[in-house]
Amino acid sequence: MTATNVDLTAKIKQAKETLDARVREIVEWHFNPETGCPFWLEKAKTLGFDPRQDVKCFEDMKKFPEFQDEWLRGGPIQRWIPRGLAGKPVYVFETGGTTGIPKSRMQIDDWKTDYEQFSATLPDDKFPKGSNWLMLGPSGPRRLRLAVEHLAQTRGGISFCVDLDPRWVVKLIKRGNMKEMEAYRDHVIDQAISILSAGHDIKCMFTTPKLLEALAMKLFEQGSSIKKSGITGIFSGGTEFTPQWYRFAMDELLRDPDDPSSGPVFMTPTYGNTLMGLACGKPFDPADNYKITYFAPQPRAVIEVVEFNDYNKLVGYGQTGRVKLTTLTKETFIPGFMERDEGERELPFDKYPWDGISGTRPFHEFAKTTTVGVY
Amino acid sequence: MIEMPVLRWGKPYESLEKQEVVHFETGEVLANVHQANGGMLKMDKRHSQRARDVLRQFSIDQLIEMMAKAGELYLNGTLPLGNGTQSPADFCKMQSATTGLPEHMVAFNMKKNHFVLSNMRQILDALTRGLPLDILTRGYGKEARGVMLSYQAHSPALGMVLPSNSPGVHTLWLPVIPLQIGLVLKPGPQEPWTPYRMAEAFFAAGVPREAISIYPGGGEVGAAVIETCDRTMIFGGIPTVERYHGNPRVQVHGPGFSKILLGDDEVDNWEQHLDLMADSIYLNSGRGCINCSGIWASRHTAEIADALGKRLGPIGPLPMKDPKASLAPFTVKGQAEAISNDIDEACKQPGVTEVTAKYRNGPRLIAQERCDYMRPTVVHCTSPEPTIAKAEYMFPFSTVVECPQDKMLSTIGQTLVCSAITKDPKWSQQLLDANNIDRLNIGALKTIQLNWLQPHEGNIIDFLFRNRAFQNEAPPAH
Repeated sequence: MTATNVDLTAKIKQAKETLDARVREIVEWHFNPETGCPFWLEKAKTLGFDPRQDVKCFEDMKKFPEFQDEWLRGGPIQRWIPRGLAGKPVYVFETGGTTGIPKSRMQIDDWKTDYEQFSATLPDDKFPKGSNWLMLGPSGPRRLRLAVEHLAQTRGGISFCVDLDPRWVVKLIKRGNMKEMEAYRDHVIDQAISILSAGHDIKCMFTTPKLLEALAMKLFEQGSSIKKSGITGIFSGGTEFTPQWYRFAMDELLRDPDDPSSGPVFMTPTYGNTLMGLACGKPFDPADNYKITYFAPQPRAVIEVVEFNDYNKLVGYGQTGRVKLTTLTKETFIPGFMERDEGERELPFDKYPWDGISGTRPFHEFAKTTTVGVY
Repeated sequence: MIEMPVLRWGKPYESLEKQEVVHFETGEVLANVHQANGGMLKMDKRHSQRARDVLRQFSIDQLIEMMAKAGELYLNGTLPLGNGTQSPADFCKMQSATTGLPEHMVAFNMKKNHFVLSNMRQILDALTRGLPLDILTRGYGKEARGVMLSYQAHSPALGMVLPSNSPGVHTLWLPVIPLQIGLVLKPGPQEPWTPYRMAEAFFAAGVPREAISIYPGGGEVGAAVIETCDRTMIFGGIPTVERYHGNPRVQVHGPGFSKILLGDDEVDNWEQHLDLMADSIYLNSGRGCINCSGIWASRHTAEIADALGKRLGPIGPLPMKDPKASLAPFTVKGQAEAISNDIDEACKQPGVTEVTAKYRNGPRLIAQERCDYMRPTVVHCTSPEPTIAKAEYMFPFSTVVECPQDKMLSTIGQTLVCSAITKDPKWSQQLLDANNIDRLNIGALKTIQLNWLQPHEGNIIDFLFRNRAFQNEAPPAH
């Protein structure tokens, strides 16, 4: 065994111990009548075991039943507020909701913490401290809207944003009203172009793959480009951020058409949602041939890749399975939430000594009915 | 392994995403088809005018000559296919293996494409009503009778979102290149073969590579074709037809609901037309929009249905290589079963009887490990009321519907090909006036007997060009 392997093995062991300790701390917090939230204190009566006594490590999390996302729909939202955090100002962020009642997650500081930690992973030469941001993504009750603003502020900048209602976009697509959808997308891009042309010295941006394409095309039409606009760093994400799309963007969308050899604008992939937080991509390495591997912000959240017919069983490395998320913060405890995505389990590595996931894409059983909008 | 790259205005592009095309019976992987992404089409749209410009470096006459040469190469040549080559025999085997069409039908479709390419001059002459073709190139010009005409291309390239299950549709886009319009092709996932082979035949015949793009991919790519091309032809079911209804940029080719109507003056001679009716229903495995799905008559319908049932009912699946094979399987799991259940359910309605069952010696649905076959089915309806009377399915299926002649035209609904067997001049005039009929045959003609000099579901010239006013001199005083 080489020194590097020994080092990684030790780091993996250490990460596991940290995660187990985190599990004990968070389970104790959420199931203690003094600090826990009404939802989990009530649910504990039906579990058939005492989480505070019986859950001592991450492996023990399997004792919990599969988390039902329906539990997050409807109120009162106060049932999710831990008594130990009572009185603190509460935000509520929503996910889904094109039709029916959306899923809600209450948050106090988690969203800030997640993005402060993410900030530490961004290269300063591409996302310069003190520079301004463009948040070209969903507005409204989405966490991302405030989170990117907080990220900009954390890095000493100011974030500009657009009006974008992704639920309206999904409705238009479901109705087959593509012309209106394109008009709405153009409306969003016009807002972005106005901000970029207004002299705010914007260097950093969050956007989605589809909006990045639309912005690039609009700028090309105007004889400009994302590169020429002065942007130096972008983070983007979602299941549409595929290796092929990554390469296409780096080769074509993010270059100056008049000087393609000057290289692309830097872009990093992320994967996340309102429930888990933000998983970071393994730093770009040409040897990976644009393969994108994400690592959860452990121990605050954990991604597992599990078998399609047994959600308590991990698949082998390199094998395909469904994404299972666990959130372990004092604000939120979500054991084993089955995400609507699938992917391949990846080995830990030095920077993130725990399992990762690559090839994220819509879960094949849902893929046929999932409408992917601009967000 | 054959790798089939994306073709971006003639330039191969190797994608990181690939889709395996597999043999429907054995699961053998025949090729890896590289997948485009939607943004790629938007990037490439910036060069679509170049496609028309490079084609206009040749006269339409020269391009017609190239089409004839391409037709020969397509039919008889060994042509490049991605990183390999493909002979005509390979093509037949591959297309049969992934679409389920028996090999002899693939070969027949090749001949059909060859015929269209070889007769392009006559086809363009017919579709343009004898227009001097240089008017399309230059944009304006005078006819022999001295009238100034101007034709302007709506789009420098035509988008085609092609299906997997009907290799017969390719004749629709063959006149596009000689009309000096570029092609943006999105092949059906199981039928990449014709677009690639045809493109290679065109290139070998002298068509500039910059005139053709091929973007294999999923739904996102299909949507991008429609978004980026100012004129697109797509293929789909009724929901697709309804979605794009009234959109001048999109021409949808949906179900045909093609029919044979027997006039009161001819219906007593129905036995003379039995071959015509049977062939219209089952040739090319009943898959085409031009295959007959309904035979309408005012009397003798039970006897007609029974005779057709006797003729078609015994037909069953044969190996793909068998020259007598006439059934193509369903390669999408569950599709055949759902259709068969639909038919069974419909047959419970009063006045609806399946007549093929008694001649079939077995079930309609033959389920195999990787595909399912549906055996020919003829259903008799004593009136047009039941929903199934106007149904269409992608296998040899037809209803025989009893309906008074004077109610037929208001009842049959939208009909792509209508073969009306009649000599009644009054009814013939009513047939000519019926707006719900697209291609009208009056006389003993099979619905599948197409004359290539006739327009199909709209004249492609009207779809691609705008006939507008142009003056370069003052008009006569008036």
